[in-house]
Amino acid sequence: MAILEVKGIKKSFDSTEVLKGIDFSVEKGEVVAIIGSSGSGKTTLLRCLNFLEFADEGTITVNGDVLYDGAAETLAKKKLRNNEKLLRKRRLHFGLVFQNFNLFPHKSVIANLTLAPILQFKSDVKAAKKAEAEAKRALKKATDPEEIARIKAELAAKAAHEYSSVEEIRAKALETLDRVGLLEKKDNYPCELSGGQQQRVAIARALVMNPDILCFDEPTSALDPELTGEVLKVIRELKDSDTTMIVVTHEMEFARDVADKVIYMANGVIEEEGTPAEVFGAPKSEKTKAFLSSRQNNG
Amino acid sequence: MNMICAINISFAEVTKILLTGFGETCLLFILTLVCALPLGLLVCFGSMSKFKPISWLMKTIVWIIRGTPLLLQIIVVFYGPGLLFDYPMRSRFIAVLIAFVINYACYFSEIYRGGILSVSKGQNEAAQVLGLTKSQTFFHVILPQVVKRIVPPMSNEIITLVKDTSLARIIGVIELITVAQQIVNNYVILWPLFYAGAFYLIFNGILTLLFGFIEKKMNYYKI
Ligand SMILES: Nc1ncnc2c1ncn2[C@@H]1O[C@H](COP(=O)(O)OP(=O)(O)O)[C@@H](O)[C@H]1O
Ligand SMILES: [Mg+2]
Repeated sequence: MAILEVKGIKKSFDSTEVLKGIDFSVEKGEVVAIIGSSGSGKTTLLRCLNFLEFADEGTITVNGDVLYDGAAETLAKKKLRNNEKLLRKRRLHFGLVFQNFNLFPHKSVIANLTLAPILQFKSDVKAAKKAEAEAKRALKKATDPEEIARIKAELAAKAAHEYSSVEEIRAKALETLDRVGLLEKKDNYPCELSGGQQQRVAIARALVMNPDILCFDEPTSALDPELTGEVLKVIRELKDSDTTMIVVTHEMEFARDVADKVIYMANGVIEEEGTPAEVFGAPKSEKTKAFLSSRQNNG
Repeated sequence: MNMICAINISFAEVTKILLTGFGETCLLFILTLVCALPLGLLVCFGSMSKFKPISWLMKTIVWIIRGTPLLLQIIVVFYGPGLLFDYPMRSRFIAVLIAFVINYACYFSEIYRGGILSVSKGQNEAAQVLGLTKSQTFFHVILPQVVKRIVPPMSNEIITLVKDTSLARIIGVIELITVAQQIVNNYVILWPLFYAGAFYLIFNGILTLLFGFIEKKMNYYKI
């Protein structure tokens, strides 16, 4: 079963239709590269997956669970976007690395990584305590053994956290920083790092949340050419450890080497899709051919 | 204070009298800050609200308060309730305090608003993608960055507040300038007024140093 299945995603801003029905799927551990000229809707697609935008139509399914259904969302009067808890839970299936990093400038590198998981852990603990108190009260009243078993099971489910302590979160953050080669920068502030280092911190920050699918929006576009290599290297290493990724990129060589699947987008539709050999080696669509040759001419 | 019959007054006596006025000035200053800083944030949220009637109302209030003299506002708050609702203000000090708090909350709200708008949208989105709730995002990501940005404009406004406290005398609140003026009238000497000026100058000098220190403290990161 595909880890991610996207069906019929449509999105308009005012009267312009930016996504005109996007269908694709991603297998676990697969790297999908999305290429296409600017304005073709690549960023908008990633933003719909991360619920920074809400698609007008279409479904997003992860591990068989329908996370988003545009029609239902419209019918239910924006149910999901107004339900903060549910939205947060669904959103965390995805991670997003931005073009311009968006690190928190007032937090040290390590604090950038731990901020979200620690806040989440603390609110989970609070919620678990409340649930426990409630369950205890319910257990006192309950006599039916089935009822008692159900309450206990519910409680156990609620007590299961992603992390079990703040120390564990810190350890995981340090380990992740080490993975992107920046352990020695843990106490520095983002402004003290190069662009390439900042982007690697941003990748580490997304990884600490353990997303099912990690999305990148042109992760090297804001970098000086000599700094792109270190970021691409990190992404390559993530592929080796079976991280499922969707990478919007202008680095054709990188897409060819690393991607299992390449998607070429034009004007809000998937114009062509296939293995790198198929798309780069023998493109079927004229548009794809034109795009690829314009890319080659530009170097 | 029986100063009417005296012919001469010493520096120490003037100092003592001015200090009583300065105490009132300080009290007005501190209470205004304590109330207006959080109220300003609420006004700011109101004016940035997506609920149009609220934002429209708040923006209108801010426009009126910032567009009219504080002096006039003090007079309206003091005499207004008595004239309009037959419910006169009992305390002159409270009347002045209310006028100051409303006035400064409106100025502060605009400073907050500018600060919040200057934090990039990307910060909000990064926090959202990491699963932070709206309030977590505000308190852990946006507000710390806003604080850094608003220290310089805030320090300007707060220094203006120190001097604005002298407007309280318009409805008879006995503050620093009032007592200085009394001495001047009673003894026909001018220097106590300059001496009162020195009080403001020193107070603002201390505040300037304090804000400089805070700014420096927050220089550990750049935005
Ligand atoms: N918030 C928005 N409001 C209006 N138009 C938008 C918005 N976001 C994107 N667009 C438009 O959607 C189109 C696709 O944008 P985008 O998804 O950023 O493309 P890409 O990332 O492929 O360059 C562009 O024409 C852009 O102007
Ligand atoms: Mg883009």
